[in-house]
Amino acid sequence: MRLLTTILMDGTVFAAVLFLISVGLTLVFGVLRILNVSHGGLYAFGAYLATFLAVRFLEIGGNPYLTYPILLAGALIVGVVAGPLIERAFVRRVYGRAEAIQLLLTFSVFLILDDLMKLIWGTKPMFVSEPYTLLGEFSLAGIPYSWYQVVLIAVSILFGGALVWAVRGTRFGKIIVSVINDREISQAIGINVSRIYTVAFTLGALCAALGGALVAPTIAVVPGFAVDATVLAFAVIAIGGMGSLEGAALGALIVGLLRALAVHLLPEADLVIIYLAMILVLVVRPQGLFGQVVLRRI
Amino acid sequence: MPEAPVLQTIDLCKSFGMVKAADAINVAIRPGELVGIVGANGSGKTTFLNIITGYLKPDRGRVLLLGEDRTGLPPRVITKLGISRSFQIPQLYTNLSVLESLLLSVAAEAGRGTGFWQPLHRRHWIDQGLETLDRFGLKPYADRAVSELPEGGRKLLDIALSFALRPKLLLMDEPTSGVSIEDKFQVMDILMKVVEETRLTTIFVEHDMDVVQRYGRRVLAFNDGKVIADGTPGAVLADPEVRKAVLGRA
Amino acid sequence: METRRLPVEALVGAALLVAVPFVLPAWMKFIVTLALAKFMAVLAVALFLRANQVTFGHAMFYAVGAYAVGFGAKWFGLRDVALLLPLGALFGAAVAALVGLVMARYREVFFAMLNLAFSMMLYGALLKLYWVTGGTDGLSAGVPTFLGYAPPREYLRDFLYYTSLGVAGLVIYAVYRFLASPLGYYLKAMGENEIRIEYSGESVRHVMYVTYVLSGALAGLGGVLAGFTVGHIVPEYSFWIQSGDFVFVALLGGYGSVVGPLMGSIAFEFIRTYASKYFPNEWQMTLGIIMLAIILFRPGGLWTIYEGLAARFGRREVERA
Ligand SMILES: Nc1ncnc2c1ncn2[C@@H]1O[C@H](COP(=O)(O)OP(=O)(O)OP(=O)(O)O)[C@@H](O)[C@H]1O
Ligand SMILES: [Mg+2]
Repeated sequence: MRLLTTILMDGTVFAAVLFLISVGLTLVFGVLRILNVSHGGLYAFGAYLATFLAVRFLEIGGNPYLTYPILLAGALIVGVVAGPLIERAFVRRVYGRAEAIQLLLTFSVFLILDDLMKLIWGTKPMFVSEPYTLLGEFSLAGIPYSWYQVVLIAVSILFGGALVWAVRGTRFGKIIVSVINDREISQAIGINVSRIYTVAFTLGALCAALGGALVAPTIAVVPGFAVDATVLAFAVIAIGGMGSLEGAALGALIVGLLRALAVHLLPEADLVIIYLAMILVLVVRPQGLFGQVVLRRI
Repeated sequence: MPEAPVLQTIDLCKSFGMVKAADAINVAIRPGELVGIVGANGSGKTTFLNIITGYLKPDRGRVLLLGEDRTGLPPRVITKLGISRSFQIPQLYTNLSVLESLLLSVAAEAGRGTGFWQPLHRRHWIDQGLETLDRFGLKPYADRAVSELPEGGRKLLDIALSFALRPKLLLMDEPTSGVSIEDKFQVMDILMKVVEETRLTTIFVEHDMDVVQRYGRRVLAFNDGKVIADGTPGAVLADPEVRKAVLGRA
Repeated sequence: METRRLPVEALVGAALLVAVPFVLPAWMKFIVTLALAKFMAVLAVALFLRANQVTFGHAMFYAVGAYAVGFGAKWFGLRDVALLLPLGALFGAAVAALVGLVMARYREVFFAMLNLAFSMMLYGALLKLYWVTGGTDGLSAGVPTFLGYAPPREYLRDFLYYTSLGVAGLVIYAVYRFLASPLGYYLKAMGENEIRIEYSGESVRHVMYVTYVLSGALAGLGGVLAGFTVGHIVPEYSFWIQSGDFVFVALLGGYGSVVGPLMGSIAFEFIRTYASKYFPNEWQMTLGIIMLAIILFRPGGLWTIYEGLAARFGRREVERA
């Protein structure tokens, strides 16, 4: 019972973070039809910058409660600076080129980001635990949990809800959906597709950075966790269906719970289980749980 | 007793959402026939070919090829049975040369497409390939990159790739779409000569009534996924319902 | 059409490579040997790039080859190169034949990322099953023998070098033939149009599968040679960074030809040696920037740069015109 609660709780927290990252990846893929391999890099960048700012802020004697907006500011900066920059300077140049080339391009960006972080912040682990400890703990079935974890889950749900609303209920969302469904027609009816690409990429970057910033207080920020983020986020959206918001949510939940299950029952196999789940889903349903098969018209 | 039909469809149906792209199609094609299909945009001509060749699975109905039920088999298998097709939008290997593309069809026809040690460029295959290219007037382009071909050439190559498989039934989807009006009849002349010389059972889809009138022996008219007329070109094209459906006027 | 200058240049290139042990200092010999070994894995990756498919996981087969050497030494007392080369290739091919059952169904991002996932699973297993694999400490290769002959220490490097060169020659020949075969052309064609292939009665999945098994064997061979050359085998052989390097080198050299990856590999090992000396912390960034530059300005890699130069300065080119 205790174990089950722990697994459920850990799994949900993990799923919440994964959802934030994955939803950005799936958004970018849906609109641009490019898998942004550098997504994990943006996630790590968000974590680094947020931690760095928060640490500095606390060093100069700032009020610990203000670290929350500081974390968000870090994510925002990464999103709105790196997002448009990467899209305009690099990704834009390979629209319409072979998919292999597009993948390699975002991979290059990933490599650059990875080292950039090491150059700026070194290779020593960075911590900022105040936002985490400040909220205190509560106990469930006799096991203590941090309120911060609950906040993570809440933020993730709110964020997901806001996204669904934005896509389904606003003019901007309709435009995005139109671009996802048919670029040419969207262009023809006067949508500035190129702007939408930039916006979508920026939003995606923002999601990644936000995920990083929010997770930062719960971990030690060290080099090298960017790849895992890319691969896990890919697993999530592959399971859920590339380009689907609901898919990202369900995929994140599946991966999150599986991971928690593995960590507690079979720690050697935590990654293996996720990959196996992804492979299983793809073998049975190549388009993912929420994905649609699109036949090329011939 | 007449030979078994090369192709027979029984009650083929296919819908995309609300659109009925194939609606109870019953057609039989006998060996040696040359059949033209007319119909307005979106009337289901391409869908018909897609179902026959296994690219789409019908919601209902059956496809009989050379007398046997082959419904739902994938294009690869259907092709192996001797049914080849060309495409409305040419499906070409734009990163190969014209001859290389054709050699791939020749190799596939010889059952050697999966060989990975002997070269693709074998003397007798090259001869065979060049001969086919010559039939389609493409020999001068043999060593050119496919991407350099003009639109008419792309169309012809697309058909040549299917023809080189030595099919028992050749399906051509709008062989002259995208070809300029002046060149249309030239392209059709080339194709019809090939078909005649090889006595190939052929179905071709065509938008242009004049082209169908001139080259078809038998014409099927499609509208909203249904076959609304089936007969000689003269009879079908004079049918007011057909004229209304295809031309939008009587 | 094929240009006639190729054989002459191939001879010159081969002669240069044969002369390496006589003209280059020992440490450079090591670098070129390693480059030859990795070249085979790069070639495996390049095969797929021809078909417009990226793989971020081919280091797994490279690792399989290398660990064949390590396990051979540790468990079975095997250290003969002539035995372990075919064994490594066989294991590489066997693992690829298994993984390929899944991989042959996927393309593009799925192919790239599933390969990555498989390689990371292997990486995790190599790390965690330390009682078998030695974990992070890895395994040592045996001191190699060649068909039972144990060369004196001072000639060991030369033996390894010439073995690698010989194997590389065979690999180039085999891959060249593969690419000139119907299947090789289908591989190139599928990057452009899979529908036409299926409508020719051929199976794209089969093309992918055969290529995948071949690529596993190639990378496995490379792993065996690298394992012997470095003498030490660690889980990093299967790490994504290694896979990324292979992709990078294929792009750098140019995947349009068989020789491009060879040029790329040699260039890469030298760049890396110097870069790790002068700016060790910006290595990945350097790779990223070079890769961006190639993608944006020189998609054909070194090979096309070379071809361009050869065309400008080659007399024959003028004569033919
Ligand atoms: N894959 C598909 N998904 C959804 N709808 C489709 C698909 N293929 C065809 N349709 C629809 O089915 C109907 C018939 O299409 P089809 O392509 O068969 O027409 P066609 O007669 O070949 O027209 P055209 O002359 O324009 O080529 C059209 O309304 C089309 O929009
Ligand atoms: Mg059509």
